[in-house]
Amino acid sequence: MNGNYGWGLPIQASTFAKEIDLGIYAIHGIMFAIFILWSVFFVYLLVRYRARPGVPSEHWETGTLQSMIPDLIVLGIEICLILFYALPAWSRIKMTVPPEGKSNVVEIVAEQFAWTVHYPGADAKFGRSNAALVDAQNPAGLDAADDAGKDDVVTVNELHIPLGKPTVVYLSSKDVIHSLFIPEFRVKQDAMPGMKIPVWFEPTLTGKFEIGCAQLCGIAHSIMRADVFVHTPEEYEKWLAAQHPQTQPY
Amino acid sequence: MTHHDSHHGHGPDDFISKYVFSVDHKVIGLQYLITSLLFLLFGFILIMVLRWQLAYPDQPIPFIGNLILGSTGGVVTPELYNQLGAMHGTIMIFLGVVPLGVAAFGNYVLPLQIGAPDMAFPRLNMMSYWIYLPGGLLMLSSFIMPGGAAQSGWTSYPPLSIINPGQTVWLLAMVLIITSSLLGSINFLVTTLNMRAEGMSLMRMPIFVWAQFVTAVLLLLAFPPLEAASILQLMDRVAGTSFYLPAGLVVNGEALKVSGGGQPLLWQHLFWFLAHPEVYVLILPAMGICAEIIANNTRKPLFGYKELVGSMMFIGGMSFVVWAHHMFLSGMSASLGNFFLVTTMIISVPSVAVLTCLVYSLKGGSIRFTTAMLFALAFLPMFGIGGLTGLPLGITVTDIYLHDTYYVIGHFHYVVVTGSIIALMAGVYHWFPKWFGRKMSEGLGKLHFWTTIVCMNGIFFPMFITGLAGQQRRLYDPTAQLHNLTTQPLNVVSSVFAWLLFLAQLPFIWNFFRSIWHGEKVGDNPWEATTLEWACPSPPPHGNFEKPPKVYRGPYEYNVGKKAAWVPQHVAEVKA
Ligand code: HEM
Ligand SMILES: [Cu+2]
Ligand SMILES: [Cu+2]
Repeated sequence: MNGNYGWGLPIQASTFAKEIDLGIYAIHGIMFAIFILWSVFFVYLLVRYRARPGVPSEHWETGTLQSMIPDLIVLGIEICLILFYALPAWSRIKMTVPPEGKSNVVEIVAEQFAWTVHYPGADAKFGRSNAALVDAQNPAGLDAADDAGKDDVVTVNELHIPLGKPTVVYLSSKDVIHSLFIPEFRVKQDAMPGMKIPVWFEPTLTGKFEIGCAQLCGIAHSIMRADVFVHTPEEYEKWLAAQHPQTQPY
Repeated sequence: MTHHDSHHGHGPDDFISKYVFSVDHKVIGLQYLITSLLFLLFGFILIMVLRWQLAYPDQPIPFIGNLILGSTGGVVTPELYNQLGAMHGTIMIFLGVVPLGVAAFGNYVLPLQIGAPDMAFPRLNMMSYWIYLPGGLLMLSSFIMPGGAAQSGWTSYPPLSIINPGQTVWLLAMVLIITSSLLGSINFLVTTLNMRAEGMSLMRMPIFVWAQFVTAVLLLLAFPPLEAASILQLMDRVAGTSFYLPAGLVVNGEALKVSGGGQPLLWQHLFWFLAHPEVYVLILPAMGICAEIIANNTRKPLFGYKELVGSMMFIGGMSFVVWAHHMFLSGMSASLGNFFLVTTMIISVPSVAVLTCLVYSLKGGSIRFTTAMLFALAFLPMFGIGGLTGLPLGITVTDIYLHDTYYVIGHFHYVVVTGSIIALMAGVYHWFPKWFGRKMSEGLGKLHFWTTIVCMNGIFFPMFITGLAGQQRRLYDPTAQLHNLTTQPLNVVSSVFAWLLFLAQLPFIWNFFRSIWHGEKVGDNPWEATTLEWACPSPPPHGNFEKPPKVYRGPYEYNVGKKAAWVPQHVAEVKA
């Protein structure tokens, strides 16, 4: 074990991590069982029916339905997985997003090779941003003329979120496709230029977690990483209050 | 009919039209065989270099490093790494396995198996090879061009592929390669439908012919969208269009000067509309080869001939409606994911059926463990692992975690390497006597088999573990991220086995070339096989059969009706 990571799946740190892992473990169990049973049968056939002098081969057939038993078993397992696991879980995790009023909302813009996080601040409203305004001091390109942006905070390669409620991320990209990957949260979503895609997760542990990029995005793809800091709600408020709003002069 | 005459009797005598610009399907088949094996070797060398960087990030390659990478002192740079990855995938798939499985084996074996004197369009056949070869060479030449080779993955997702260097040549080469494939597939379809010998009804065709037939349908229908898509991408690069580029892109702090209005997702849909059927193009010929070898070496008919044919047709049809299972997390509508989840689960059933039929075929057999048979048998469990590990990737929810990790790399290499490549090896050992009238050494063959199987599992099995631990694919330096540190030793294991796999191929290369000239001489039908390719001389002369064969029975009459141990398809009466 090395912090949150070891030889198996990383620790579970979001509400749906358990659900995703359940699927991974169950499917691997099924796969393993099928493979072992199948292999035993296979080896048995090879030994039992090896060529021996004086023993001719014999023609062997069964009814069509009987021959399809293995196929039907697999089909049955798959139907169960679809109905009782994939459809319900997918609809909870990916097809629905928690209401914004009850969530912590941020925007993340990916670029070669960094993650810029934009927090709406106390007013819960994102200020206007404009790619033309981007520079080293203003990585999100916030427009100072917009009042909604007055209290907005921007961080680069750090995502700070509170425990106890879901976080909704509006994910986009400035240049090429990236993919937001947080192993401990079992979160992955491509950041598609020209689209703003909602991703959500609710952390269950405080601490520091890793963000990686999961889509080839150029020569520094492997070092395009960031950290997630999950704070208790009080600490999060403190952290937010201590940040200097992006568009305010020092 | 002069066209017909040219098939029979003597072929051309001069070297150029006999061996270079040949219209004989057998010569073209061998041209494809040698060329695609060389491309496979090249793609393999690329990945051996890449694997050094994965095992020992940022360290110079010892001994040969300075030789091959002089300018960097033997260190693999990130640019080179991405070129190696993209070109490995491209070369292995489009220049290696597909031409080997379809064009090499199909060309040589299919006309013989249906009793035809040649392909339906011999000149088209020649043209197909002579477009493939320049396409392949153009692809390789990109390594020495300014900007280097393509470095945006074999999937070439825009916008990256449009702003990265190297992509233009990749696209041009792809257009040539696809064109060659299209010409070939038309030829295979017409040949199968029109050139069968008398009595060779569709349901008497060997499974290999069926596999090639379905494959040709897939190539014919799936490749045109990619050809069009590639030309659009080429336009985006060289003509300033923006089919795949939305407005407002900012690259490196500078606004990209494009009109916008395009959609990167469009490329993904068009690409995977080809590339999913493509995986069946990689695997169907392999299944066909294994079926032939298993029937022959169990000395009994295949189990469930009709089920095999039906399953392959079903796979072929379904393979056109599963493509977006590669795009569950691409930003495509999440509810669309459900549709592709269901189709993906459906298509796995006929694949299970094929495997089941092949395993049941062993029952009751009198199994001969020739080298070809060992490879064909190994295909079954290994392809099984490849198929099973596709399950958590096809289930939307578990794919959230596994998508774009090494788990995927492990999964599809079990399919294409321990599946397709193993089966193609089986085919080489099986049909070698037909090609050259001599056998390959069985001793060296078995050495090759066991070492290859061990090494392949040593390479690819650890990838499941690194993948489950979260290691993403296409990472120049996995150790740059915390979650990959624990499993880093497994990257070393994979790499060492990859280099050993190379050593394991040396006996094969030696065996292959030595046996062409010095192998044990064998008759026309050394394996006592029933299908038509064994009814003509080894190697078959120009025009193949002395007189057009007539077919009286199904393809695998071994020990049927207790009359004789085996009855070839072209034999009319069996004396009791
Ligand atoms: C036999 C030895 C082989 C080895 C050791 C090997 C190894 C690898 C590795 C390590 C990668 C990941 C590269 C990365 O992280 O960027 C990879 C990618 C890939 N391989 Fe192989 N491979 C082999 C054969 C094949 C064959 C036969 C095929 C196809 C028929 C193939 C198709 C691919 C493809 C399509 C990719 C994805 C490339 C990309 O990400 O753009 N490989 N291979
Ligand atoms: Cu990235
Ligand atoms: Cu697919």
